[in-house]
Amino acid sequence: MLIAAAAPFAPVDQEYLFEARQMQALSFAVHIPLVCFGIAFPAFVLFMEALWLRTGNPVYRTIARRWSKAMLALFAVGVVTGTILSFELGLLWPGFMATFADVFGLGFTLEAFSFFVEAIFIAIYVYGWDRLSARAHFLAGVPVVIAGFTGSLMVISVNAWMNNPSGFTFEDGRVTDVRPLAALFGNHHLWHELVHMYLAGYIVAGFLTAGVYALGWLRGRRGPYERVALVVPLTVAALASPVQIVVGDWAAREVAREQPTKLAALEGLQRTEEGAPVHLLGWYDGEEVRYGIPLPRLLSLLAFHDPNARVEGLEEVPPDERPPVNVVRVAFQTMVGIGLALAALSLVYLVVWLRRRRLPRSPWFYRAVAAAGPLSVVALIAGWITTEVGRQPWVVYGHMRTEDAVTGANGVPVGYASLLLVYAGLIAAVAWILRRLARAPVEIAGRPGGVAPVLAGAARPAEEEDRR
Amino acid sequence: MTLAEVPLVLMLVGLVAYAVLGGADFGAAFWQLAGRRDAGSKARREHAYRAMGPVWEANHVWLIFVLAICWTAYPKAFASIFSTLTVPFFIAAVGIVLRGTAYAVHAGTAREIERRTVDAVFSVSSILTPFALGTAVGGIASGRVPVGNARGDLVTSWVNPTSFAVGVLAVATGAYLAAVYLAGDAARAGRHDLTVSFRARALAAGAATGVMALAGLLVVSLDAETLRRGLLRWPAILPVVGSAAAGLATVELVRRSRFEAARYGASAAVAAIVVGWALAQRPELLPGLTVDEAAAGRPTLTATIVGVALGAVILVPSLALLFGLVLRGRFDREAAGPDAEKSGLPVAACPRPLLWTTLLTLAVGVPLTLIADGGPVLAVGVVALLAFVALGSIAVGSGAATVAAQDEDG
Ligand code: HDD
Ligand code: HEM
Ligand code: HEM
Repeated sequence: MLIAAAAPFAPVDQEYLFEARQMQALSFAVHIPLVCFGIAFPAFVLFMEALWLRTGNPVYRTIARRWSKAMLALFAVGVVTGTILSFELGLLWPGFMATFADVFGLGFTLEAFSFFVEAIFIAIYVYGWDRLSARAHFLAGVPVVIAGFTGSLMVISVNAWMNNPSGFTFEDGRVTDVRPLAALFGNHHLWHELVHMYLAGYIVAGFLTAGVYALGWLRGRRGPYERVALVVPLTVAALASPVQIVVGDWAAREVAREQPTKLAALEGLQRTEEGAPVHLLGWYDGEEVRYGIPLPRLLSLLAFHDPNARVEGLEEVPPDERPPVNVVRVAFQTMVGIGLALAALSLVYLVVWLRRRRLPRSPWFYRAVAAAGPLSVVALIAGWITTEVGRQPWVVYGHMRTEDAVTGANGVPVGYASLLLVYAGLIAAVAWILRRLARAPVEIAGRPGGVAPVLAGAARPAEEEDRR
Repeated sequence: MTLAEVPLVLMLVGLVAYAVLGGADFGAAFWQLAGRRDAGSKARREHAYRAMGPVWEANHVWLIFVLAICWTAYPKAFASIFSTLTVPFFIAAVGIVLRGTAYAVHAGTAREIERRTVDAVFSVSSILTPFALGTAVGGIASGRVPVGNARGDLVTSWVNPTSFAVGVLAVATGAYLAAVYLAGDAARAGRHDLTVSFRARALAAGAATGVMALAGLLVVSLDAETLRRGLLRWPAILPVVGSAAAGLATVELVRRSRFEAARYGASAAVAAIVVGWALAQRPELLPGLTVDEAAAGRPTLTATIVGVALGAVILVPSLALLFGLVLRGRFDREAAGPDAEKSGLPVAACPRPLLWTTLLTLAVGVPLTLIADGGPVLAVGVVALLAFVALGSIAVGSGAATVAAQDEDG
């Protein structure tokens, strides 16, 4: 066949596949931490408002109001970074979209409604402070929380489908017999990803928010406002972290069942073995894991609940169907390591609280909470690297390779470089606005003693805007 | 109309909504760039930000809606369009990010220099984005996007007379719509000065948009033979003429300061031109690719249509609520201040039954999730774990918050 007559979406030669992948990964790495706030922050704000409605203590209301401003700013940035991701599906991966979008696209169509609900009610909530009745205002926040969940459900149904594709028949590069509902929601890979990501949202938003006030505590800002703002997100994150380990174990068992190659990459397991070990740390040299600490039979036990179970190694598939083992393995171990550390910190907090009814007093505790925020973001990204890079070289596991999905357009590196600049600006802008919002003096109605030290020259535009 | 065409109609509805609502949000920023810096410009700026605040995110979702339906129902068309028109879509995406970020930070600006920087980014990106999206539409309408992975020209597919005409028209329409809406909002809020100044802008922009639309038709007829024939043929000619009539009528309504009516008239003019374009191209989506050929299979189409219908049941009342609050001026009202002090009921430290239920969910959740290999047992375990996090947060969180809120150090 002549080149010119090749099928319109036949694989193309893209010199810059690597840059295209990096561009996609970069965009996720920016979107996903923001999304954690879309998932969890509305619930934190509503919790504060509920406490205010029950007790009438103005501290809670002040926190809820101030947080809802940060929530709106983060939501705006989450929206636009998500938009970039949607564009990139077409800009970077037309081969994938042309072939498979009719199978999974429904997930995004339904997600659009979730976004509508979130955007509409977040606006009503934030602009409705003091302009709606207290009850109506609280109720306006509820759909935001629900939409944060359904939004995650829809987008993760797509990702789960890419990892464990079903609901269609694939012949000669053509998709037939599409069953979109079965593809998206009849796929049990969806459930562990959803629950694990949803909890991650609360962990990341919880520790990051608590971390801000832990830093404040270390600098001597320890009034009721700061203590409440520290304790509530910390409690949520501390309860979610230990549970995350149990859910992670479930995730690993699902991966073992559906994506044996990914599991082998997680552990650097070369040969198929019965009673396979886990190696802590170490480095995979293309043959085996070197310098690691072996824990015999643990992999078989964890993945199949049987110390002698047979675990498939990387050797089962040709080398060009294996993911980059070290990237996946290091990412996985980073996530698990951080996950265990977060759970340990959480237990310290919960035990001190349940036994003594107070916060721990050691500055080391507050330093640890301050570190837990950034660390949980690292775990989040590491988890997604595990899932997404562990799926490589496939974009649709077992059906389409990433290099067959990529665009034939020129200029990918230009796009990548521009996007790097844009995101650098975006991150700087977000950091700036959050600092600005945090610096506005805390004013708690009817409680002059509750006013935090006013920083000299600090801006207070946001407050002013409200009063007009 | 065939089943394969229904999603296209849904896309057109979304496109009109995006052009009319999102377009006006872009246009509002246009007016910040145009004009001198004087006392009036500060008031106009505040008015524009304020009017946009509660609605722009919802308005933006229409774009996502159109894209998602496009790739679900017409995957090959979507892939061809995005891979050929890579440059304008990338520019639009960057514009959207800059704009959203500028909006997010504008509330924190305090000094004049900060304000100017943010406003400049906001305005420039608000002009760039609709222009880029317009050039992409022009590229599709003038038949410059062949079917296939990046088969069209990376440059001429959007750098061409039709694309530029549509791009300019998109910016102008947005500016016109924005001026009409902002005049209406100002009138409702009783701001006479702003009403007058936006009314003047609306009249100028209306005239300019009309002239540009005519010039655009001329450009199209020279540049895109097929599109011209389509537009001047029955039935596309009907909405084209209708759009012109609606455009003229709105200018008259603005002149009479009937802003609410003008709002709908202007929207109708935009809607008509989009419909005209669709009819002109019918039955082709891209050159050599009819709607029927591009469409996904029956199950996907049916699921999409049913999904949108169900979604609309939630969306329509929600949008009505939001726009109702905005248009009735509920968000313009002076904030009332918090309700009267509550009874001061302190939250009980940790109600016993709640604590026990929490521990029970933990005791059930952990073993079931660890042991079960799927099925309903696993589901119960996972739900119990989630319930543990939720209930535990309420139990421990409210107790800890109560202690922390006490004035003496806890
Ligand atoms: C705060 C974040 C966080 C923490 C503390 C953990 N994880 Fe995680 N993990 C994620 C955040 C995450 C995630 C949200 O980034 C991923 C990516 C895809 C997914 O479903 O969740 C993920 C994926 C992921 C996968 C791959 C799932 C797949 O490919 O389908 C496994 C096997 C685990 N995790 C296992 C664990 C274990 C055993 C942990 C225990 C310590 C753990 N994770 C802690
Ligand atoms: C819909 C849900 C999806 C989610 C949540 C998701 C998430 C992620 C994440 C988090 C990463 C890695 C981030 C990092 O390395 O820092 C990633 C990488 C990547 N994703 Fe996905 N993804 C999704 C869909 C897609 C789609 C539709 C494509 C398109 C084909 C895609 C292709 C890729 C590629 C190519 C990489 C880079 C892998 C590499 O660097 O080797 N993903 N994804
Ligand atoms: C782990 C995966 C993801 C989760 C949990 C997630 C969740 C969310 C949430 C909760 C929002 C609301 C905005 C916010 O709260 O900041 C959002 C926005 C958005 N996301 Fe994601 N997302 C993920 C990945 C993706 C991917 C892969 C895409 C597209 C390919 C995407 C596209 C979008 C879009 C278009 C928006 C903006 C919607 C709007 O206009 O309101 N997201 N996402």
